[in-house]
Amino acid sequence: MSQLAVTVIGPDRPGIIADVTEALVGTGVNLEDSTMTLLRGHFAMMIVCAGPYDEVKAALEPLRGELVITVREMGPEHRHAAIGAPYLLSVHGADRPGIVSAVTRMVAAAGGTVTDMSTRLSGGLYVLTAEVELPPAAELTTLNRALEITAEELGVGVTLRPAESDEL
Amino acid sequence: MTEVISGWSPELLGVQGRVLDVVRAPHPVLATEGAVVDPRDPEMIQLAADLVATMRVSPGCVGLAAPQVGVAAQMFSLDVSGHPKTRTCHGVFVLCNAEIVESSRNEKAREGCMSVPDFTGDVKRATRLTVTGVLPGGTEPVTISTDGFEARALQHEIDHCAGKLFLDRVAGAHAVYPRKVYQ
Repeated sequence: MSQLAVTVIGPDRPGIIADVTEALVGTGVNLEDSTMTLLRGHFAMMIVCAGPYDEVKAALEPLRGELVITVREMGPEHRHAAIGAPYLLSVHGADRPGIVSAVTRMVAAAGGTVTDMSTRLSGGLYVLTAEVELPPAAELTTLNRALEITAEELGVGVTLRPAESDEL
Repeated sequence: MTEVISGWSPELLGVQGRVLDVVRAPHPVLATEGAVVDPRDPEMIQLAADLVATMRVSPGCVGLAAPQVGVAAQMFSLDVSGHPKTRTCHGVFVLCNAEIVESSRNEKAREGCMSVPDFTGDVKRATRLTVTGVLPGGTEPVTISTDGFEARALQHEIDHCAGKLFLDRVAGAHAVYPRKVYQ
């Protein structure tokens, strides 16, 4: 039994999740982490699950066609060790190429890592939201200044704020 | 009325609290609606002392409900004093059979819970709140009106007493996060 990464994308219709997960459960696969969303009319799924590679591939075979499906063996589980405190990064403004690359480059340059991100485009408005971890040594003031300068060049607005949770 | 709660202290219970184990989801007790309790029952007075004692030894913990120590009962301890987000604060108290009578001004914030150690989640809660309940050992209902962080904590604990976790109230399909642990 190995850990598998299954990706599925295709034009949206009711029942994609039901079809794919039914095929998987037939092979005895246990779904672990997954993320699924609708991207401009295409339904996209990424699933990490533990199961027998050949059987999973075979079980998903009949669904290929309208759906583009990949199955990949991933080896042992790789736990993400947080590198620092969590922050929320949001960017919004007029759409243009290069927003994601410029902003994430600033985060990377500060030693930070993006753990979750999504972008949406509606009309001319581009919106980016990301969960970011920054190492304790990161210069927050410098990063904020760098983000501001980048945002100004791109003509967008950017905010970075702590995402720490309250223990209740 | 508020003075009654602010003036309350665990010493008034007259029993020594014991530190109990905190149960974690998916333990079924966390999904069970708690029984209405008799605040004068000696067993419940002991439980009240135990909740305070267990809350006190748990780092960062501002509230603890009976189901979290394995008892499906409507009782919780709370103490948000010293928390940076606290505005109105009634100090340490235990409340039995608490009910929300008024709530308004919802705000979303990220919550964690000792019984759900691996996740946090965004939850919308009222920031203005009025709650009634009975202090352990007492008979008369007391009313507590509060705001901000104390209001959020009260709603989180009252949910526990009803067999609900913050996971039952998250604000969207992408509103549950792996807990970030570092250092």
